[in-house]
Amino acid sequence: MAKLNVKIGDLALKNPVLTASGTFGYGLEFADFIDLNALGGFIVKGTTLHPREGNDYPRMAETASGMLNCVGLQNKGVEHFCTEIYPQLTDFDSHVIVNVSGSTIEDYAACAARINELEHIPAIELNISCPNVKSGGMAFGVTCEGAASVVKAVRKAYSKTLIVKLSPNVTDIAAIARAVEAEGADSVSLINTLMGMSVDIERRRSRLSIGTGGLSGPCVKPVALRMVSQVARAVKIPVIGLGGIMNAEDALEFLMVGATAVEIGTANFIDPAVTIKVIEGMNDWLDRHGVKDVNEIIGVID
Amino acid sequence: MPTEVLKAFCRIIRFYDLYLQCLKGQSSVSALFFEKSNMKKYVQDLRVVAKETPGSGYVLLKLSPLEGLLPEILPGQFVEILVPNADHTFLRRPISVNYVENNRLWLLIHEVGEGTRSLGRLEEGSLLNCVYPLGNGFSSPEEVGENVLLVGGGVGTAPLLHYGRCLHESGKHVTFLLGGRSGRDLMQLPEFEKWGRVCVTTEDGSLGERGFVTNHSVLQTEKFDTVAMCGPKPMMVAMARLSAELGISHVEASLENLMACGLGACLCCVEKTADGHNVCVCKEGPVFQTKDLSWLS
Repeated sequence: MAKLNVKIGDLALKNPVLTASGTFGYGLEFADFIDLNALGGFIVKGTTLHPREGNDYPRMAETASGMLNCVGLQNKGVEHFCTEIYPQLTDFDSHVIVNVSGSTIEDYAACAARINELEHIPAIELNISCPNVKSGGMAFGVTCEGAASVVKAVRKAYSKTLIVKLSPNVTDIAAIARAVEAEGADSVSLINTLMGMSVDIERRRSRLSIGTGGLSGPCVKPVALRMVSQVARAVKIPVIGLGGIMNAEDALEFLMVGATAVEIGTANFIDPAVTIKVIEGMNDWLDRHGVKDVNEIIGVID
Repeated sequence: MPTEVLKAFCRIIRFYDLYLQCLKGQSSVSALFFEKSNMKKYVQDLRVVAKETPGSGYVLLKLSPLEGLLPEILPGQFVEILVPNADHTFLRRPISVNYVENNRLWLLIHEVGEGTRSLGRLEEGSLLNCVYPLGNGFSSPEEVGENVLLVGGGVGTAPLLHYGRCLHESGKHVTFLLGGRSGRDLMQLPEFEKWGRVCVTTEDGSLGERGFVTNHSVLQTEKFDTVAMCGPKPMMVAMARLSAELGISHVEASLENLMACGLGACLCCVEKTADGHNVCVCKEGPVFQTKDLSWLS
């Protein structure tokens, strides 16, 4: 049994496997299939200061080796999370991380401040990269100034581990990563979905209600790996890699290019028990190769 | 696996216990089918033990567990199937439960795209990875009155077979109203006839009355306490409006919105409610009371 513990800032994870926001509900939806306590942590769905209905149906289109979605941050707001959901999440021996989104800098900061009060939430993941909302979301994440301004405001309002989730829909993701690092982010996670489209030629219209959506699944993995590799060299803070991870081998690729931890997203829809299989597979690989500590392989590829 | 054996044993004991209560009249037969208590979901390989072709472009797969018993499955629930050897598909395919009998789970599949065509090519003996049972089923017999109309269109007739049997066995008077483009689209009619009267409409008049299900004469001649339906959305919306005109208060519909996870995690399969909220068909449905949806406004 290899040592799987890693650290994201001050946050110690029992293993490097987290779940990606928006693909794992509040974790409880998966409790029939896996032991949630076995995860390094789980990142629950995007939460905003006020309730959001999200976009109209249809919100999803299957693609070759992946899917597009334009859910648009549907959630019942941070108060609902704190009063109805949080009490169900306090007993896990695994870190529960909340993904925080907003339309304005003030909303982001207020939402983060409210979650800062919750004893059993040790970290938030700041979503400045949602491609499916009109204002806020990705708008902040595509310029260094925008990204820095949100992180600066949230850093003041939030005292625990702050992870910032980056958009791949940019020219230079390493520059954005450096900008959020300079404002006090403890970690960056990447990539959020790639903006895409799908057309129904019989109906002569987009398959998605708002025209475009975010692409995820194994089709985005090569892009994600390249970006994680670039960012890991550009910043000193730990990088969390995600994008199309379907199994332990995929996860190990991300670790080798410099990710300290990984998030499993779309794969949860294909196999609700995939996260556990990734942890077990990672451990088996390390044992088979005589690696005693997972940290030894992080960033081995220069 | 001792725990698995124990679980299976407990399931048999509970089922037998309910059965005894039914015999003593302390519980209705329907309790055997409608015990909606946070049902555990499974991800499991099931074996294709029989394959039939009930109609052109349709395949009926009968699945059994590799060992032990199927868990309880309510009429109206569904299964998310991983398409084996899928070169062109990625997500699971949600398929409603057609029938459950002799530890066999029946799935009626309309071969309309890459995924369903791959399922149609499966041979007996193949394994299918299934996440099930998912969603909430149709209303229990206690909730539907005495005279129940089950309306199905095309492959949407599938879940009504299991439901019809359960209602019949609870002593309800069941009428099936099944519609298709032509007679070729209507399958399993002898199976339906075991559990109730069968009325048929076809658009080309090749079987039953010509027209849509909403045109059938039985709607004018008989009074129903409940309508439950599954089929194309335009059919269900039209039927919901007609039911409102006919003064039928309990009307429910099983929806088949495009779906990814099936577990309420991805929020892709939403339907608008009457008060303007988006709810997941996979978790809050797939069966809804039509008065709770935005269809009638």
